[in-house]
Amino acid sequence: MIESLVPAASSYAADIDALFTLIFVFVGFWLILCEGLFFWLIWRFRKKEGARGQYITGELKSETRWITYPHLLVLVCDLFIVVGAVKVWYDVKQYLPPAEETVRIVSQQWAWTFVHAGPDGLLGTTDDITKVNELHVQVDRTYHYKLESTDVLHSFSVPVFRLKQDAVPGRVITGWFRPTQAGEWDIQCAEICGIGHGLMGARIYIETPAQHAAWLMQESPISIAAVTRTRPAEE
Amino acid sequence: MADTVPAFAHGAHPHHEVSFWSKYVFSTDHKMIAMQYMFTGLFMGLIGGYFAYVFRMQLAFPGVAVPGFGLVSPAEYNALVTNHGTIMIFWVAMPVLLAAFGNFLIPLMLGCDDMVFPRINRLSYQLFLLSAIILVISFFVPGGGFGGAWTAYPPLSAKAEYSLTPLGSTLWLVAVTFEFIAFLLGGINFVTTVMNSRAPGMKMYDIPMVVWMIVVASILFMASVGPLIAGAIMLLMDQNLGTAFYDPDRGGDPILWQHLFWFFGHPEVYVVLLPTLGIVAEIITVFARKKLFAYKTVLYTVFGTAVLSFTVWAHHQFVAGIDPRMAHIFTITTLLISIPIAELMFVYIATLYGGSITLTTPMLWALSFIATFLIGGVTGIFLGASGTDIYLHDTYFVLAHFHYTFFPITIIGFFAGITYWFPKMFGRMLDERLGKIHFWGTIIPFNIIFLTLFVVGLGGQHRRIYDYTQFPDLARFQDLRVLATVWLVLMLGFQVVFIYNFFRSMARGEKASNNPWKANTLEWSAASPPPHGNWSELPTAYRGPYEYSVPGREEDYWPQNVPG
Repeated sequence: MIESLVPAASSYAADIDALFTLIFVFVGFWLILCEGLFFWLIWRFRKKEGARGQYITGELKSETRWITYPHLLVLVCDLFIVVGAVKVWYDVKQYLPPAEETVRIVSQQWAWTFVHAGPDGLLGTTDDITKVNELHVQVDRTYHYKLESTDVLHSFSVPVFRLKQDAVPGRVITGWFRPTQAGEWDIQCAEICGIGHGLMGARIYIETPAQHAAWLMQESPISIAAVTRTRPAEE
Repeated sequence: MADTVPAFAHGAHPHHEVSFWSKYVFSTDHKMIAMQYMFTGLFMGLIGGYFAYVFRMQLAFPGVAVPGFGLVSPAEYNALVTNHGTIMIFWVAMPVLLAAFGNFLIPLMLGCDDMVFPRINRLSYQLFLLSAIILVISFFVPGGGFGGAWTAYPPLSAKAEYSLTPLGSTLWLVAVTFEFIAFLLGGINFVTTVMNSRAPGMKMYDIPMVVWMIVVASILFMASVGPLIAGAIMLLMDQNLGTAFYDPDRGGDPILWQHLFWFFGHPEVYVVLLPTLGIVAEIITVFARKKLFAYKTVLYTVFGTAVLSFTVWAHHQFVAGIDPRMAHIFTITTLLISIPIAELMFVYIATLYGGSITLTTPMLWALSFIATFLIGGVTGIFLGASGTDIYLHDTYFVLAHFHYTFFPITIIGFFAGITYWFPKMFGRMLDERLGKIHFWGTIIPFNIIFLTLFVVGLGGQHRRIYDYTQFPDLARFQDLRVLATVWLVLMLGFQVVFIYNFFRSMARGEKASNNPWKANTLEWSAASPPPHGNWSELPTAYRGPYEYSVPGREEDYWPQNVPG
């Protein structure tokens, strides 16, 4: 459902979309059932001349079962949803697969600074490539991100990855993603961060290995120091 | 102070003369305080609606001067969305649903002459009015109004160098704190009155559901707001005294605020939901001529919902940087709370079975609450499930979801209640034809606006953004944004019909009898409108409030106060 509106470009995007569809099916079933019954009852029991309402307390066993049985069914649906949600959440947010490369993300009012590992693939060395509002990653490679903020809360949001993580000043939050589709898309700040919040966008460039190698070549190994007020990354 | 009116013994001499000041300004009469709350709330609602108009126009036509406002700057945009949310929840939903209907209905439905603490009641309104005035002033101070969202997360809200609204942030926070205190006072009054001042013969299970719901809502509010008041005072000190409760550089923690805020903020949803659920229960039973299905089940379900609502708060914080393992617990509790809410919806639908349904304006509103709140309820599942919330958090999907809950609760709930109790409040009938035009003119645009915003949200549009055309992947939704804005303007336009109907009927509407809807609850045994002191002789209750269509009786209703 979501993929018809936004491409899925990370290894876990399809899982999140599938969970959405699962919930949609359950919820859609109940919604249509309830609304259908609701409108039918309004029509069926509209006021007619000479007919009176019935006296039903809703306290007899034979009456309450009309509530209890659907109620238990809702509980069963909830269990399925909980299992799905826990599984997806565990894979995306709790479990951390080994990194092939790490990228440092620094958010501040109102820009993103991405410190890429550079040709040697290691962060914190002299060949790191620092870019403002541009994140370059390679398909089919597992990345860790180290997310920081220098001032207020921000939120690193990449819709095509289905990924979102708030940045909290004073902390370095580690997460992961694995791009699966080459292309160029939006990165958003999804937590209000002051008057420039509306402009705090960036772009993610997901590149094939060949494209990525070309980009690494093109960037000088000595990076432009664009990070102004940042603390050193804690490894 | 002009407080010469004795709080008790009204029944003995109901016709004493009172001055203008003690009748309208410093009144201790629960009905006058209800009106004060209602009109203040509605006035604030007009401001909140106007804000929505301005920022929706900016979103549909970015950078074009908005008629009636002018060019919208990013700082103004943030202040508009922030205060739209703040106003609609704290200065419209709370005063209108809880305070206005609570004050008007509790004594009348219980069959007593006034609240047990009339002066605390008056103080509650005065503090509320003060809070509203402070909030309105905050829009005009240098730097402008606060723009850090109604959730006011620090460090943005804590430091002027980040928010750039040094005075706006502080006044906003002071206003919110006063508002909380006003409702603490009101809550004490509601609970005490219901426990102590019921009509002779009215047992616990004879209390009308709306009164129960308001009591549970008040308890819920009083139990949850304490931590937030403490949090607000800490934030106030961070802003102005240089403390560091939320400042990570000096040992504080910004996440702490989020816990304090949502520990209150989620129960708050139920604080405003419950009064409307009660209003809807009263209306559907009257116009379906049916006993409420399973009264005791409803009551215990509401208690259960209230208790559970204290355990779900961190579902607002899944991606906020909390321990990822915590998300599992809050997913489970959040999905569990769908059970009592589903139960209540089932009960309301079941109540319609076997009825004799008349679609009057109040009934249309009450039924539309059920139809639309169902959508709001089920879309919450996507957000309570941690896995999907990663994507949907802080998108327009969330926005559309909670408007599908808060709009039915606040706007539909208010219109249901006011069209139903208008004859009792003002002694005249509203015009049915205008009422139905207003109903359809509100309910159709509402659904179009927010169904559209669900789609935009699924497309990845994030919240509180000044101009989406700046985002290459979001620019393509511009037509949908225009569509939502056009229908919003239309919906706001239809409110003129209501305002006209309201004031015209108040002055020249058809005179209402004491019990125009043939309802059972005690307020309909008083005169329309009830005099000071409500009854010359206080009523006695002989049965529960929902004895409609009782077999063997000629009439299809059986008022609580009629012996036999």
